[in-house]
Amino acid sequence: MKDASGRPVVVVTGMGLVTSLGQGKQDNWAALTAGTSGIRTIRRFPTGGLRTTIAGTVDFVPAEPFCAAQLSENFARLAADEAVAEADIGRAGDFPGPLFIAVPPVEMEWPQREALAQASGATGGVTYADLLRAAGTGAFKPWHDLFLFGTVAERLADAFGTKGSPISLSTACSSGATAIQLGVEAIRRGETEAALCIGTDGSVQAEALIRFSLLSALSTQNDPPEGASKPFSKNRDGFVMGEGAAALVLESYASAKARGARILGVIAGCGEKGDGFHRTRTSPDGMPAILAMRGAIADAGLTPDDIDYVNAHGTSTPENDKMESMGCMAVMGERMKSVPISSNKSMIGHTLTAAGAVEAVISLLTILNQRIPPTINYHQPDPAIPLDVVPNLARDGRVRHVMSNSFGFGGQNTVLLFSGEVHS
Amino acid sequence: MREVVITGVGLVTSLADGLEANAAALADPARRSFDAATYAPFAVHPADALELDRQIPKKLDQKQMEPWQRLGTYAAGLALDMAGLKGDRERLSSMQLIVAAGGGERDYAVDSQILTELPTATDPGVLLNEKLMGELRPTLFLAQLSNLLAGNISIVHGVTGASRTFMGEEQCGVDAVRIAFERIRAGQGDSFLVGGSYNAERADSLLIFAMGGFLRRAGFVPVDGRADDPGFILGSGGAFLVLEAREVAEARGATILARLAAVDSRRSKRAPGAVRASLGAALDAACGAAGLTPDAVLSGATGAAGITDEECAAIGERLPQAGLRLTGSRIGHVLEANFPVGLALGVLCLTHGLWPRTPGSASEQDRSGKPRSVAVTSVGHMRGEGVAVLAAAE
Repeated sequence: MKDASGRPVVVVTGMGLVTSLGQGKQDNWAALTAGTSGIRTIRRFPTGGLRTTIAGTVDFVPAEPFCAAQLSENFARLAADEAVAEADIGRAGDFPGPLFIAVPPVEMEWPQREALAQASGATGGVTYADLLRAAGTGAFKPWHDLFLFGTVAERLADAFGTKGSPISLSTACSSGATAIQLGVEAIRRGETEAALCIGTDGSVQAEALIRFSLLSALSTQNDPPEGASKPFSKNRDGFVMGEGAAALVLESYASAKARGARILGVIAGCGEKGDGFHRTRTSPDGMPAILAMRGAIADAGLTPDDIDYVNAHGTSTPENDKMESMGCMAVMGERMKSVPISSNKSMIGHTLTAAGAVEAVISLLTILNQRIPPTINYHQPDPAIPLDVVPNLARDGRVRHVMSNSFGFGGQNTVLLFSGEVHS
Repeated sequence: MREVVITGVGLVTSLADGLEANAAALADPARRSFDAATYAPFAVHPADALELDRQIPKKLDQKQMEPWQRLGTYAAGLALDMAGLKGDRERLSSMQLIVAAGGGERDYAVDSQILTELPTATDPGVLLNEKLMGELRPTLFLAQLSNLLAGNISIVHGVTGASRTFMGEEQCGVDAVRIAFERIRAGQGDSFLVGGSYNAERADSLLIFAMGGFLRRAGFVPVDGRADDPGFILGSGGAFLVLEAREVAEARGATILARLAAVDSRRSKRAPGAVRASLGAALDAACGAAGLTPDAVLSGATGAAGITDEECAAIGERLPQAGLRLTGSRIGHVLEANFPVGLALGVLCLTHGLWPRTPGSASEQDRSGKPRSVAVTSVGHMRGEGVAVLAAAE
């Protein structure tokens, strides 16, 4: 079956999800629709001297060594296991298509630097010359492998038997959506019948948190932790870092039908637009985000009036939520005031590299269940954002088409459009 | 399927800044930029000094970037200049960007201070937090983020159709080129700016490869002569290419430098013989898809143990008549930028008859003149094999 533009229709036949709310779609969906927060006080490293001491950490997945690279790999494995099992595609360890995976930009962390410093035997001022000397002994080879940017993807490709050269990517906080977009494009151009698309992020560690903190991007309302992430509220003061992963098995409609797979939803459209205004701020007129939304709607062959629900980027930063709201109103007009829009980040925090994929799975669950997860912690409406943010309580609703927004530092704007049923 | 052509090339290597300057420098086998002292026992091929103002006019922008981003943003500007697209706001606002990138550079002074004080700290965790909170420049984060090379190119040059950043060492450069190529062919985009850059003059990056045992210590010899101490010598550099659908390039009256005829990207499970088989298959597939038998091969071989020999063997088996050049011997290993730089040199080979020779290389033969087509190869030090076939502009 072809879409309105004559391209193969891309459907989803498997999904997996890990967030601070739990492992698996079922537990996550129950918690998300109950308005549960996964944000908690950070226990995994000392927080003395920090302005922000909370995060949506995933604390039930072990990792050895405990670092962002290994955690991200482990989350991705769990999510992909769930997705591939649900899709029941290929054979174990033999996935019939490529891997596109959004991974955080990893690097060596402090425990490794300290170990190298110690191994160098340097006394007094430790310099990188000392670390280099220690590195050359050969005793640290596993860390070379672990901290390469391509390692998580290679290990996942080996585990699931995906085909071809796996692609690791970063478009900052829209990375998860970009991974899906790459899969959609590959199927549409007939390069493959299936693709495994993953977003993963396990980078809540001291330095990563401090970097965001130094940009004044994080909420500092640490007490109570579950109240900190309050997208669209007047008193929002920044995002809360989150962790997790999501995986989606994408397939051509023809392939899914031919093998009798259950179709969970349709990826009807993708839109993207760069922004050259500033490294962290968006163009004041919001045009790049608006064009990305319009692009996704047009790519799906729909009109703004077809959108029943917006799964917001909704980070809880003063700037994002204002600009996103403005952008949605520009795209949908007056009607936007009655189109439900909610932010999963109110509950799971900002899962950063994973967010676009995590929120894609939640968008599809919203369609499958005809129930809209809420924006929690909404107690002080912002008069500048006159929208129906599905405050505090989940609700049933007729949802055929969902628009999911992802925006990121570096001028990244990616929007995905999901539908429940195939229409051509 | 649409044809894909190259209409702009921006190249910065350790030898020279710009395409013509590189052609001149690389034509002289004696030219080498080499520093064995700064990071001893490891050597690097340091970057040529850039006149940054020529491509990054605002000092504020220059200041907001670390060297790897400046190299890339500069090379991207050169490519747009050559393609005649610089300042063409309308076309640039729909141009797609795919960048092959690693990540950021650290504040060495802060790191050293922390590592010095940690062993005697009463509360190491709090010391780390307080030092990082107090000493790190807030904007350093933005100079570290992988996708901020693309972000800077959008800001400085106005390329804002969309931007995507691929990560994963050498192979992400291959995949960046392949995805742009396939999207243009399939009508999923008309005009792309693709490339990457790498700054070798960073202790933190050397550290990773030193841990892996991949850096040569025993002084310079060509990459195919490193049996005594296998490994690479990192080089600073970067390249960006403007790729367009032929019809789009012709409609705007652009000069076509070369045709990108095929790109093949694959990944073998590494074991002895795997690279030879995989690269051989990639060469077969790419040459077959292009319908060409290249008379030149530009290899980005790293000098890493085993795989460089396998790469040369695969090329010798598949294209026995072709002249081979191992470009890493001249400019060092430029990691994520390896494949884009190889393509830039491939264009020079086609347009200038440039055969960048390295004295003492046993794999290179006497060659001169302009070939009709060139194969470019990249074999990652850990993973990934890639081939592109370039054809002379008709």
